[in-house]
Amino acid sequence: MSSNAPVKNGKGPGEESHQVLTFVLGNETYGVDILRVQEIRGWSAVTKIPHAPPHVLGVLNLRGSIVPIVDLRMRFSLDRAEYTTVTVIIVVSVISAAGRRDFGVVVDGVSDVVDVNTAEVKAAPELGAKGATDYIRGLVPVSERMVVLLDIDRLIGSDLTSFSNSADETASAA
Amino acid sequence: MTIDLTQFHDAFFEESFEALDSMETALLKLDIGAPDKELINTIFRVAHSIKGGSATFGFSDIASFTHSLETMLDELRSGGMQVTLAMSDLLLKSVDVMRAMLRAVQQKQPINSQRVSDLQFDLELMIAQKNSAPAAASVPPPAAPGPVAAAPAAVQAPVAMVSRRWEILFRPYPELFARGNDPLRMMRELAGLGELESNADVSALPAFADLEPQSCYLAWNLVLTGDVAESAIRQVFEWAEGDCDLQIELADGGPQAASPATIEDSTSEAVAVTSASAVGSPIAEEPAATAPAAVASVPAPPVVAAPVAPGPAAPPVAVAPQKADAVATVADSGSIRVSVEKIDELMNTVGELVITQAMLSQLGSKLEGPTAEKLRGGLAQLERNMRELQESVMRVRMLPINVVFSRFPRMVRDLAQRLGKHVELKLTGEQTELDKTVLEKIGDPLVHLVRNSIDHGIESPDKRAAAGKPASGTVHLDACHRGGNIAVEVSDDGGGLDKDRILAKARDRGLIGPNDVLTDEQVYDLIFLPGFSTAEKTTDVSGRGVGMDVVRRNIKELGGKIELRSDYGKGSKTIITLPLTLAIVDGQSVSVGSETYIVPLISIVESMQLKAADVSRLSGRGEVFSFRGFYLPIVRLYEIFGVEPHTKVLDEGLVVVAEGEGHQRIGLFVDDLLGQQQVVIKSLEANYGHVEGVSGATILGDGSVALILDIPGLIRAMSMRAAA
Repeated sequence: MSSNAPVKNGKGPGEESHQVLTFVLGNETYGVDILRVQEIRGWSAVTKIPHAPPHVLGVLNLRGSIVPIVDLRMRFSLDRAEYTTVTVIIVVSVISAAGRRDFGVVVDGVSDVVDVNTAEVKAAPELGAKGATDYIRGLVPVSERMVVLLDIDRLIGSDLTSFSNSADETASAA
Repeated sequence: MTIDLTQFHDAFFEESFEALDSMETALLKLDIGAPDKELINTIFRVAHSIKGGSATFGFSDIASFTHSLETMLDELRSGGMQVTLAMSDLLLKSVDVMRAMLRAVQQKQPINSQRVSDLQFDLELMIAQKNSAPAAASVPPPAAPGPVAAAPAAVQAPVAMVSRRWEILFRPYPELFARGNDPLRMMRELAGLGELESNADVSALPAFADLEPQSCYLAWNLVLTGDVAESAIRQVFEWAEGDCDLQIELADGGPQAASPATIEDSTSEAVAVTSASAVGSPIAEEPAATAPAAVASVPAPPVVAAPVAPGPAAPPVAVAPQKADAVATVADSGSIRVSVEKIDELMNTVGELVITQAMLSQLGSKLEGPTAEKLRGGLAQLERNMRELQESVMRVRMLPINVVFSRFPRMVRDLAQRLGKHVELKLTGEQTELDKTVLEKIGDPLVHLVRNSIDHGIESPDKRAAAGKPASGTVHLDACHRGGNIAVEVSDDGGGLDKDRILAKARDRGLIGPNDVLTDEQVYDLIFLPGFSTAEKTTDVSGRGVGMDVVRRNIKELGGKIELRSDYGKGSKTIITLPLTLAIVDGQSVSVGSETYIVPLISIVESMQLKAADVSRLSGRGEVFSFRGFYLPIVRLYEIFGVEPHTKVLDEGLVVVAEGEGHQRIGLFVDDLLGQQQVVIKSLEANYGHVEGVSGATILGDGSVALILDIPGLIRAMSMRAAA
C-alpha cells in the first residue's frame, strides 16, 4: 500500500474522497455510500410477503414505514447464514425514477466507515455473464483488503421497482 | 410604498370561489316573489366583495361586470325590483360567468368577453326596463364602473331628488388599521357621494411619546350634503362595521326617518373644514398640526402609513376586506386555513405515537414490582390520551358532506328544466362528517347517481299523473353514520328498475344464459357491468352505459360498497357504504402459521368452523361448502401466500366467509381468529411494490408488521389461478 493510502477519517489533500460504510458478508468486504445509509439496526423477525423473490425476506417496521428486507447473501448467491442477534440490518435508500425507496439489507456485520479516494477506485473486471457485475461501482483497497463498492441503485433499484413483473422477467430470462 | 399585490391573488381567488358557492346556494334558496332579505344581503355582499377585490387587483373586466350585477342586486335589496324567475336565472348565469372569469384570470388566460358582455347587457337591460316601466321619471342607471358610482343608482328609485344633509359621527376603535380599514379611503368615497365637510376630533390623541403609530386616535364629525340614501353611506362604512362607533343622522328632517341617536356635542379641540374634493391631504396632516407637542412630519404615519405598511402588518390590508365580508355571514366561525400536508404529517406522527404507546403498554405489563404498578397506571392514562389525540386529529380532516351535497340543488334544477320534469331535491344529514379524501372522491359518483335518478328514474309529469303520483318527483340524498361507516343514500320515487328489461338486455348481450335464474340482487348487479344501459335512447345526460361500472369502481377504491334496491313502479334506492376515513380500517386479525393478517371487517360476512361433512370436492378442481343455500369455494390462505400453517385440516382451523365484488363470496381458511382492532393503513407500495391480494400493511402493537388482505383482489387472483 502506497503512502497516500486512504486512512480512516483522513483526507488526501486536494483529492476527491467520500465516506463509505463497509460491511462483511462471509469473507468479502463491501462498501456503500454513507449518505445513503439511513440506519443500522439489529435483526428482528420479519413479516413474509407472498410471491416475493427468495432474497426478499419480508418487511419490517422502520419507525412507521414499511421497509422490505433483502438478504444480500442470497442476492449474491453466497452460502446462507443463520440469523442471530448479532446479524445486522443496514437500512439504505435507493433513488430511482419512481422516487426514493428505503430498504434494509441483511449483512454479517458492519466493519467501519472509511474515506475512499475517488482516484483509487478501480473498475470491476467482467466476470462471467455480461451485466453480472453491473451493481459494482468499483473496487478499492482499504487497509490491505479489497472493498467492493456497491451501486445500490442498480443492485436493488432494478429489483424492487420492477417488482410486480420481475417474476415473469426472470422466468423469460431463464 | 407599493405592495406586491400578486402575493394575495391566491387568497383572493380561493375566497372568491368560496363566496360564489355561497352566493349560488343563497340564490337557489331565494323564493320568487317573497325573497328573504338576509339572503339578498348575502348575495349582495358576495358581489360587492368580489368587485372590491378585483378592482384592487386590477381585474377590471371582473370589476366592471360585478358592478352591473351589484347595481341590480342593490335594486333588489332596496325593494326597487322584485325577484322573478328570469332574474334568478340571470343571476345564476352571472355566478357561472364570474366563476369562469375568475378561473380565466387565475390561469392567466383570456376571458371569454363575448359571453361576459352579453350577460352584462342582459343585466343592464333588466335594470333599464325596471327604470323605464314603474318609476317613470328616474335617473338613467349609471353604467360606469367604479365603486362610488354604484351608490346613486341605489337611491334613485324610492326617494325623490332632494338634497339632504347627513351628519355622520365616525369614531373608529384604535385597532381599525389592523383590520385593514383606512378612514381616508372611506372619506374619499363619501366625498364622491356629495358635498363633504369633515371635522376631526383629536381629543383622544395622546402625548406624542405615548403615541402608538398602529392605532387610530382620531374621530370625525362629517357632514354630507347631497341626494344620498342612508344605505349608501352605510355601505361606505360596511367593512369597518364592528370596528367603530357610527351614527348617521339626517339633519334637516328629510323624508326618511332619522336614526334615533343624536350627535354628541362636538368636543373637538380643532376643527378643520375641508372641501369635498380635498379631504385626502388635510386629514393626514391634521394630527401633525394640532397634536400637543407634535413634530410636523412624524405623526402622519398613523393615518397614512399604517394601513399600507409592508411587513407583518401588510397582509390584512389586502385580504381583510374580503374576509370581513365572507365571515360576516358566518359570524366569526373562528377557523383557520391549514394545508392538508401539515395535517397528514400530524396524522402520521400520531400514528407512530399510537404504535409506540402500544409497545410500551406491552412492556409495562411484563414488569413487576411496586414501581411497575405506577408505570402501568401512567401507561393507561397515556393510552386514553392517545386515543383522544388520535380522534381529534382525525376530526381535523373531516368535513361535512354538505360540501358535496351543495352542488346538487343547482344541478337538479338545471337538469329537470332541460328534461321537462318536475323534480324536488331533498337533502338530509348534510352535517355528517367524512374524511376529506373520501369526500373529494365521492362527488362524481353521486353526481352520476343523481343524474340517473332524474333521467331514468323520475318520469315525465304526465306519466306520473297517469300512475297516480304527484307531478313533482323527489330525489332524496341522505347521509348518516351507520356502525362505524358512513351510509350515503340516493333514492327517488320514480319508475324503479325494470327487472324484466334488464334480464332481456343481459340475455341479448349474452351476459347470462337464457335459462339462468337470478336473484334480485344479481339482476341489479348487472347494471354495474361496463357498457350496460337499459335506456332506450341515449341522451346527453346519461344512457351511454359508461357510468355505473365507473361509479362502482370509484366506491370500491374508497373501500366502500354500493348496493341497489328497487321497487318497480315506486322508485329505487342506491346505498353507498363508505369507511369514515382512508387512513384507518376496522379489521379482524387472523393467524396462519407464524404470520398475522388483517381482514377488513367490511369484507367479512361470517366466521365459522366447518365440519368435514359440510365440505364437498368439486371434480378435483377445489373444495366447496354450503353456506345459506349457496356453495362457496374454500380458499386456503396458506396455499395462496405460501406460508407454513399450523393445520391443514379444515375442521381444525376456521373459515372466514368474505365478500368481494358483487356478492362474490369465498370461504377463507385460516388457523385462528385473533381479535378485532382498528389498524392504521400503511403503504406497502412506497418502498416495495404491489402484492396481489394485499391492499397494504399495518403495524401491530408489538411493532411487527401485518399485511392487510384485499378480498376482491384475492378472488381475482384465485380465478386467474384457476384459469391458468
